[in-house]
Amino acid sequence: MLTYAFFIVVLIAITGYFIGRSRSVALVSGQESRLHSRAGYHGAYIAAWIGVPTVLFTLIWLIFQNSVVDSLLVQSLPEDKIVGLSPAQISLLVSQIKSHAAGISFGQIDAVVVEAAERYARWQNIARWTMFAALLAIALSALVIARSRISPEFRARHGVERVLTGFMIVCSIIAILTTLGIVLSLLFEASRFFAIIPLADFLFGLNWEPQIALRADQGISQGAFGMIPVFAGTLLISFIAMAVAIPIGLLSAIYLTEYAGKNFRALVKPVLEILAGVPTVVYGFFAILVVAPALREWAASIGVDMAPNSALAAGAVMGIMIIPFISSLSDDAINAVPQSMRDGSYAMGATKGETITKVLLPAALPGIAGGILLAVSRAIGETMIVVMAAGIIAKLTLNPLEPVTTVTVQIVTLLIGDSEFDNPKTLAAFALGLILFLVTLALNVIALRIVQKYREQYD
Amino acid sequence: MTDTTVAAPEKIHDWASPTSTARVRRRYAADRRLQIYGIAAITAAILVLATLVGSLVLSGYSAFVTSKATVEFYLDPNLIDKDDINNANYRKIVGDSFAKLFPEVTVPRQKTELQKILSTEVRFTLRDYVVANPDKIGQTVRLTVPLSDPFDQLYKGVIPARLNALSSQEAARFENRLKNRGLVEMVDGRTMAKINVYIDPAKVSADDIAAGNFQAILLEGIDALFPGQRVAGIYAMFDDSAAEVIKQRVIANPTLIGSTIEGLSVPVSPAYDTLNKGEIPKIPNPRVGGENEIAWFERLQNLNVLSSPFSTELFTNADSRFPEQAGLWGAIVGSFYALLICFLISFPTGISAAVYLEEFAPKNRWTDLIEVNINNLAAVPSIVFGLLGLAVFLNFFGLPRSAPLVGGMVLSLLTLPTIIIATRAALKAVPPSIRQAALGIGASKHQVVMHHVLPLAMPGILTGTIIGMAQALGETAPLLLIGMNAFITSAPDGFLQAATALPTQIYSWSDSPERGFVARTSAAILVLLGFLVIMNGIAIFLRQRFERKW
Repeated sequence: MLTYAFFIVVLIAITGYFIGRSRSVALVSGQESRLHSRAGYHGAYIAAWIGVPTVLFTLIWLIFQNSVVDSLLVQSLPEDKIVGLSPAQISLLVSQIKSHAAGISFGQIDAVVVEAAERYARWQNIARWTMFAALLAIALSALVIARSRISPEFRARHGVERVLTGFMIVCSIIAILTTLGIVLSLLFEASRFFAIIPLADFLFGLNWEPQIALRADQGISQGAFGMIPVFAGTLLISFIAMAVAIPIGLLSAIYLTEYAGKNFRALVKPVLEILAGVPTVVYGFFAILVVAPALREWAASIGVDMAPNSALAAGAVMGIMIIPFISSLSDDAINAVPQSMRDGSYAMGATKGETITKVLLPAALPGIAGGILLAVSRAIGETMIVVMAAGIIAKLTLNPLEPVTTVTVQIVTLLIGDSEFDNPKTLAAFALGLILFLVTLALNVIALRIVQKYREQYD
Repeated sequence: MTDTTVAAPEKIHDWASPTSTARVRRRYAADRRLQIYGIAAITAAILVLATLVGSLVLSGYSAFVTSKATVEFYLDPNLIDKDDINNANYRKIVGDSFAKLFPEVTVPRQKTELQKILSTEVRFTLRDYVVANPDKIGQTVRLTVPLSDPFDQLYKGVIPARLNALSSQEAARFENRLKNRGLVEMVDGRTMAKINVYIDPAKVSADDIAAGNFQAILLEGIDALFPGQRVAGIYAMFDDSAAEVIKQRVIANPTLIGSTIEGLSVPVSPAYDTLNKGEIPKIPNPRVGGENEIAWFERLQNLNVLSSPFSTELFTNADSRFPEQAGLWGAIVGSFYALLICFLISFPTGISAAVYLEEFAPKNRWTDLIEVNINNLAAVPSIVFGLLGLAVFLNFFGLPRSAPLVGGMVLSLLTLPTIIIATRAALKAVPPSIRQAALGIGASKHQVVMHHVLPLAMPGILTGTIIGMAQALGETAPLLLIGMNAFITSAPDGFLQAATALPTQIYSWSDSPERGFVARTSAAILVLLGFLVIMNGIAIFLRQRFERKW
């Protein structure tokens, strides 16, 4: 139905375009130079008049249709059927009615449900047709109104350009809306979580055991939601990743900017950047297929016992992923040091190595530090490598040979296959997400500040 | 007045002195060291990349072919009801027809074992064939059908038919503890070991010797041989009949009860017997089954009915529980739908936002806020976008779970900053003279942008968009959160149907325990990387072919 409505509206808009064109030309009996705006703008003006209101109407309708029909449905149910039911039970009943209306039903169906399903299907139908009719009415009346405004002096181009500017502004605001959506949804769900689990318990608790009883009679009662061990695991893995990525990335950037010839640089730089283009799920599989078994074997050969999903394997692979990130940001920072500083150093008789370590690196340090902070933020937010290669059980340890878990792993394991939004287990994922968002945001802001300050010095 | 004498410097630094030359040498050595570290770092990075690709190719290439057997199926009219073709007992038809290749197998249990060589889905393949060709009922048809996972792996040589029965540790123990101590001897072509056993009266009574616990006596004897070890592997060195040997010996001579028999020869287990004869003992690979299965498989190989054609299933099938039948078609279609939605949303939106910010926006607090926002969004972890999608699109708007529509919407929010940043860079690269010339001949600001600036910036914009799309194709975490990792055995028909995507399919396969899924996962990764290479190749081509330098 929506597709048909869409095509019919598009058809009306196209017709409107041609009507506008031919009418404006007809009004000046073919002498187009007498028009204020070119004929095409008159057409586009009508098309915009049809398109904008119908799109807005459809969006608003779709947002509210379901909730309105649902609340009507609940009200129409017989009193004795819903008295004493919790909201969750009512929503279960509603979804049962809906799936029966869609032709899917399991087991014994209540007569009330069957009746309600018929009513639901009827209302859905009515809603659809009402929307269809309303859309047609809006489109046609817009066509008539817009057409009546066309005259040779009419400033159609200005109207079209205003619509375009409006569209562009709306598109720019989407960026703000996205941020707002992230912040609001995280805050909203997290606040529901903190209503159950106190904030202090979450922030400073030393136990993370998010098992919740499925039924009231099960043994495990509350579960523990202290994020310290989860966060410590995240930091441990990020630290290992940095220990791998910083030396390799920085040294290769130094070599590529200062020592390498032009051809070598042109060849190697893209190869390093391939590492950044590999999807993280591939790195995760690489970790469990190659890196973790190899590290385990190596540990066994020196007589150390190592877990198959150790922090070391996950961190090392994450470090590989981050190498190109560090390398290209350090590359930019070293390149931005003015040539005169190099020349001055060489004039004093310094070797190339001394120039790099004593002049270039200190000068480029803010840029490199900013790059490292950005890389840390990326390591903390990285998901697939740790989901596949790190552990699930939260353990407060600094031993890289043991499995630890991370914030992102917990978010994924808590939310996969579960969409009930009323228990602390799923809500905890949003609380973790909020922490993750705030930490990465802070790191990014600090990093950008450092990088910008540094730029101002030399430009 | 020039007679002022120049005082000779007290001391001229002697650059040729050994300390100086040594210092210069040290300084240059430090320089070379730094250079070597740099080369080592680059080599390490490239080696890792090579290992990554190499290991994926090595473990994944075998999934591009499928092992198949060509079998003649007799479509028994007694088993297939012409009016109800769908519900015939195809399991029996497959079993009977396949068993004809092995006339010696008559035991029903063995026949069931035999069927495990073929993939479980063969009966459905046959059913579909008969449904499509009902006139063939009563005839014999030749079909090439896939083998089950273990035999598929066996035929490809990924797993061996037989494994070494003894680890090198076990062989060394036999060598050191028994052979080198002179405790091993050959009796009638059978390897025996000499041990001392104490016939404990507490375990054997003279009245009923046959009922004595000779097993315990044997174990005590072994323990005496390997003091303080008590490892199951040590007991396994001796044959089950060893206790029987002791028993016979005591029955023959009841006076031994209460004394120690020294140097009693007892048989070692067959694996060690083989080892002592200078061969490497083998056992059938438990993944494949026992000796029967290996013999049947060798028969099939000798009959020349096995082949390994290119695996079209990998590209035409959707997901399956059986690795030999699992394919990527569903994931490819799901990814395509999600990317299409992502493109339809983020391309127009991204360009409009970038054009507004770059060409029209006044410099004020609001546009600054938008810019800071876009830069920050580019660095937000992708999983946070997944949380947004889950909370807003699924929970608040009630859109269906696992749908490519939702996946595409989440991915579009992720790629939007990339496209905006790339578009702004492309717009900046168009020289202001173009704008001024167009304004000079009376174009409006909108006409300048639409008719001149945007077309000139388009190659750069497209390059950025394709790179953004490639990123979106590899993105996994947000899709996991909105449920696009579900197990779905058919390709989606529309944007609202449950579907998987390529990266989430890789994730679910990597989690599956069957051996065949390791190769499938690697193959799926190779396919994904192939798509990424193509997309980036197009981006590079566009950049080199159409980019203009002013």
